[in-house]
Amino acid sequence: MIQLENVTFAYDERPILKNVSFSIDETESVVIMGPSGSGKSTILRLIMGLECPQEGKILVDDANICVMNERQKQEVRKRIAMVFQEGALFDSLTVGENVGFYQIEHTRMSRSEIEQNVRQMLGFVGLRADEIIDVLPDQLSGGMRRRVAIGRALLSTNPRVMLYDEPTTGLDPEATEMVLELINKATVERNISTVVVTHQIPDAIALANRFIVIHGGEMVFDGDLDALRVCDEPRVRDFLQPFRESIGKVNQRQFV
Amino acid sequence: MTCLSKAATIGLKHERKYAIFAAVNSWLKTFAWDFQQLFLFSLRVIRGMVSRKFYISETLEQMYLIGVGSLYLVLLAGAFAGQGFAIAFSNELADFGAKNYLGRIMSIAVVRELGPTLTGLMVAARVSSGITAEIGAMKSSNQLDAMVSFGIDPIQKLAVPRLIALVLMVPALTIACDAIAITGGWIVATLIANMSTAIYWSSMKERLIFGNLFIGLLKPFVFSFFIAFIACYKGFSARGGTKGVGKATTESVVISSITILIVNFFITKLVHSAIRGYL
Ligand SMILES: Nc1ncnc2c1ncn2[C@@H]1O[C@H](COP(=O)(O)OP(=O)(O)O)[C@@H](O)[C@H]1O
Ligand SMILES: [Mg+2]
Repeated sequence: MIQLENVTFAYDERPILKNVSFSIDETESVVIMGPSGSGKSTILRLIMGLECPQEGKILVDDANICVMNERQKQEVRKRIAMVFQEGALFDSLTVGENVGFYQIEHTRMSRSEIEQNVRQMLGFVGLRADEIIDVLPDQLSGGMRRRVAIGRALLSTNPRVMLYDEPTTGLDPEATEMVLELINKATVERNISTVVVTHQIPDAIALANRFIVIHGGEMVFDGDLDALRVCDEPRVRDFLQPFRESIGKVNQRQFV
Repeated sequence: MTCLSKAATIGLKHERKYAIFAAVNSWLKTFAWDFQQLFLFSLRVIRGMVSRKFYISETLEQMYLIGVGSLYLVLLAGAFAGQGFAIAFSNELADFGAKNYLGRIMSIAVVRELGPTLTGLMVAARVSSGITAEIGAMKSSNQLDAMVSFGIDPIQKLAVPRLIALVLMVPALTIACDAIAITGGWIVATLIANMSTAIYWSSMKERLIFGNLFIGLLKPFVFSFFIAFIACYKGFSARGGTKGVGKATTESVVISSITILIVNFFITKLVHSAIRGYL
């Protein structure tokens, strides 16, 4: 579905990603981890075609997005939706207008039809439509904002891949739990691929069983939890150190 | 020992000299690069303007925000600046016994110079800061990328409506400014300079001829493009979070104000020689 081949990327001659390669299959879930500033968001932006790599290829369904023009990219973006860090809700639009954004802009559906879809989607992400549909995003809590953003991405084009950039960063444990559940629900019920960027390992373990670790723009690990646990690459161990305990716990749970 | 320190001082001197060159060089490079980016951005906005997709409700909203929102400010500024001009001119003209020409001079000064520049500067201060801050905040919270990912071109959705709104509203605001400044002149003429209303208005109207009105409306029309391009460009290229947006906003106001004054000079100079017969 998505393949990165030897992708090298720099902002203004400052190298950000070096020779990154991996591929994600249909309906596969992957977590990309790494310290902040290591280039995780950049990978998602490259997959969306928002940036172009200096070297290498990014294939979506075997088509190279790096050589496409804007219109062709639009077609690819109908298959991939991204939930940006902090949600990136349009703050001049109400929650309803945010969630229905794609349908309002691109379809000839009537307002009431769109509103019905929006209400249904708000229900899916676990929010009470009546209370928030006419509210502006800045009146929502952090957790609600993330869920509205997920709803907006899901309602756009029935994407087959969802990219989440740090969906739980800055949320309290309860809100984190709800967002993680929602991501899993969306993945399973819609039978889609999910790519989640996070630097919280407990979240990562709850979301997927394939982990990619990025460190200083290089891919230093790609494998499952067992492999991650025994990996002795120093940069991976460094990054995992604070979370040793939680990895151990999950492992125990799995073996019980 | 002394030799060493001498060498060090010379080295330091050289370094300082080079540091200045390096600073000037890097400043020039940044300036040239920014200028080029601004130019390319402007071309994209113009191309966005002629594309099929047109956001009419955004444009109307911006027209309201820019036009109605700036009206009080422009009227207030115009009224006081007009009266100030009139007091200064009427004193000067009285010395030559030419007080009856006050209307003529007011009409030329206001319509050709004061109205357009004052309105341009007021709009630059009030509107370009707003545009840069709004678009910059959207950029720094990824809203522009979100728009792109939903298949919407932010240039068409954000920049084009603002440009069109400015192109329509800045000339309209200039007319309002002209009117109130000339009225301010009339208040001074009748209450302070003891002139008759009829003389003021008739001599004022004498100079409301095609050439003056043409310059007076060409200027705000041209200014509006510069304000829109600079303000939107600064917003779209804002970087570095809240602080970066603040910096972009300040630069947007400063650059658009200076640009208005410079462009004003060149229009006055060029158009004067081009349509002298009509002035
Ligand atoms: N627009 C940009 N211009 C220049 N540098 C950038 C830009 N966006 C991100 N960077 C830099 O790229 C690096 C990687 O960024 P990012 O992918 O956001 O990291 P992560 O998501 O892993 O925290 C960071 O060092 C950041 O400073
Ligand atoms: Mg990031």
